[in-house]
Amino acid sequence: MKRVMLDGNGAATEGMRLARIRVVSAYPITPQSPISEKLADYVTDGTLDAKYIRVESEHSAMSCAIGAQLTGVRAGTATASVGLALMHEVLGVAAGCRVPIVMPVVNRSLVSPWSLWCDHQDAMAERDGGWMQFYAESAQEVLDLILIAYKLAEKNDVLLPAMVCLDGFFLSHMPDAVYVPAQEDVDKFLPAYKNDNLKLDPDDPMFINDLTGSNEFMEMRFQQAVAFDYAQDLMPGVMAEFEEAFGRKYSMVEAYECEDAEAVLVSLGSMSGTIKHTVDMMREQGRKVGMLKITSFRPFPAEAIRELIGHVPHIGVIDRSASLGSETGPVCNEVRSALQVLDKAPEVQGFVAGLGGRDVPPTTIEEAFDTLLNDKTVAAVKWLDVQDNALRLREVDA
Amino acid sequence: MSACAGCGLELGARYIMEALGENSTLVIPPGCAALFSGYGKETVTKIPGFQGNLENTAAYAAGIKAGYEMQGREDITVLGMAGDGATVDIGLQSLSGALERGDKILYVCYDNEAYMNTGVQGSASTPTYAWTTTTPGGKQGYRKNLAKIVDAHRIPYLATASIGFVEDFRKKLAKAKEATKTGPAFIHLFAPCPTGWRSRPDTSVEIAQLAVTTRCWPLFEIVDGVLSITKEVKKPKPLTDYFKLQGRFKGISDEQVEAVRQEVDAAYDRLMEGRV
Repeated sequence: MKRVMLDGNGAATEGMRLARIRVVSAYPITPQSPISEKLADYVTDGTLDAKYIRVESEHSAMSCAIGAQLTGVRAGTATASVGLALMHEVLGVAAGCRVPIVMPVVNRSLVSPWSLWCDHQDAMAERDGGWMQFYAESAQEVLDLILIAYKLAEKNDVLLPAMVCLDGFFLSHMPDAVYVPAQEDVDKFLPAYKNDNLKLDPDDPMFINDLTGSNEFMEMRFQQAVAFDYAQDLMPGVMAEFEEAFGRKYSMVEAYECEDAEAVLVSLGSMSGTIKHTVDMMREQGRKVGMLKITSFRPFPAEAIRELIGHVPHIGVIDRSASLGSETGPVCNEVRSALQVLDKAPEVQGFVAGLGGRDVPPTTIEEAFDTLLNDKTVAAVKWLDVQDNALRLREVDA
Repeated sequence: MSACAGCGLELGARYIMEALGENSTLVIPPGCAALFSGYGKETVTKIPGFQGNLENTAAYAAGIKAGYEMQGREDITVLGMAGDGATVDIGLQSLSGALERGDKILYVCYDNEAYMNTGVQGSASTPTYAWTTTTPGGKQGYRKNLAKIVDAHRIPYLATASIGFVEDFRKKLAKAKEATKTGPAFIHLFAPCPTGWRSRPDTSVEIAQLAVTTRCWPLFEIVDGVLSITKEVKKPKPLTDYFKLQGRFKGISDEQVEAVRQEVDAAYDRLMEGRV
């Protein structure tokens, strides 16, 4: 195992290389482009034994990947933002045809207005489409989660595609020291792909993705739902195998200083590091705060969340995306749902922060904790750091 | 599986399957050709296949071909078979991408000159003055010149074909299949649709032949950039012979017929000069 400087995109690329993807269909989009470029380098210099398809859109990127993987090889692509949105239709095909593609998604805001920067709106818009979703806190987690995702996605009881989400620029472009496992160790953890289910093979012809009547459609959707249950059951085992092979420990949710906490903030992705830092600072001041990081957003680990923070009196969830027209953000809605079945369900305050790449500094985190600790919670979502003149920003002077 | 009575595509699909052989894989979008994929758990064809979306037949085919290539199975022919809507309109981007990259796939666009599976709506390939449900007064403007667009990609093999000239079609399928060893091959197949064209099912082959002999659907091929007409039409038959068999041209005026005559003759002259 080597330790090298890699940014999140580099870590994603290393993960895909180590998974020995055989077909790459890539389309550049900020901030994902370095993944497409590095994979092209690897295919050209022979580091990666793959065919590189320089597709003309993300829609075709996912279509190519599905076609290739249905023949029996791992296919790789990566995307972000509007590119993910353009894939939307075909993401459903991968999910419904049970093609376990693993795709890095470099999180970036959706239009409009245009933004190059990070939030989770792109992936959240795909949260119900049948893809697993894992969120990385660091470049190391990006690499590791890709390997974990492959291992889990390809299990015969699962066969679900997976997104490994990394925050645009905060992770994608931030170099960090990353342990890169040796190929032979990865090969032991992640054997060659074999598709036993739906496949395109003239020696065993089958027609895939036919029109299906109402008497079977719902059952096939139900099968996908059950696959998510299996994924949730199998994930701890896969993560334990990963720990045994590579020494790094993962879990679907990570609790940080939650046991005696009076207030806990729930988060996804790179923001979790800032929250941990703020928790440390506030603990030094004697304030009992903690953090819960959700690594696996789909499947959603409701039971684990109940166990880890069900006892905490004040809970807040920071969404890095907005569910417009809803009382709160998408992650907050999930956490509230998970906790409301408890006899003494804690109140859950929703926060929205960091949209369009806006920094979420410790002061903002502290503000959220103060809201919780001082019992200033309200039912509706609180937008953090929104300028006072928000409603006047787009007005034109007379 | 069953198609509408007199379906030109059904006839075309038989010849396509015969030419492909069993060592092939099929990609079909959700259009009329989806009839050949089956329903629910069925597998209708003797070759594997995938029903994709309307706009990405060529992209799926490219991915499948790449997957096979990486497993040392270059000998499998991968066919995309899509209608004019899924090719000339919404599928043009992914087709262009595959052609430009040189993906070694065979693509057959069966052209019934409208969106037939959804109920006869006009497409970019609907000919001038033809009735459809979205061109109820007859289509204004010209049909998109697909062969010209495909030709711009400099692929090894490009041809037009018709279910009315079977031997010509068979030869072109054989050449196209062979051409996929070096790059993409494309066949634009004329396939009458009695349901949408308001024609009698037993006239489909006659209509297909008249389309050629009136010069409305010239038969030619372009091999490595060199164009040749494969069925010369020195003395074209009157367009009214062709139009009168189809309810979709009902009410076409003499002036409109003359306008079409000038257009198809000019197009034919260009082909004679070696230009699409």
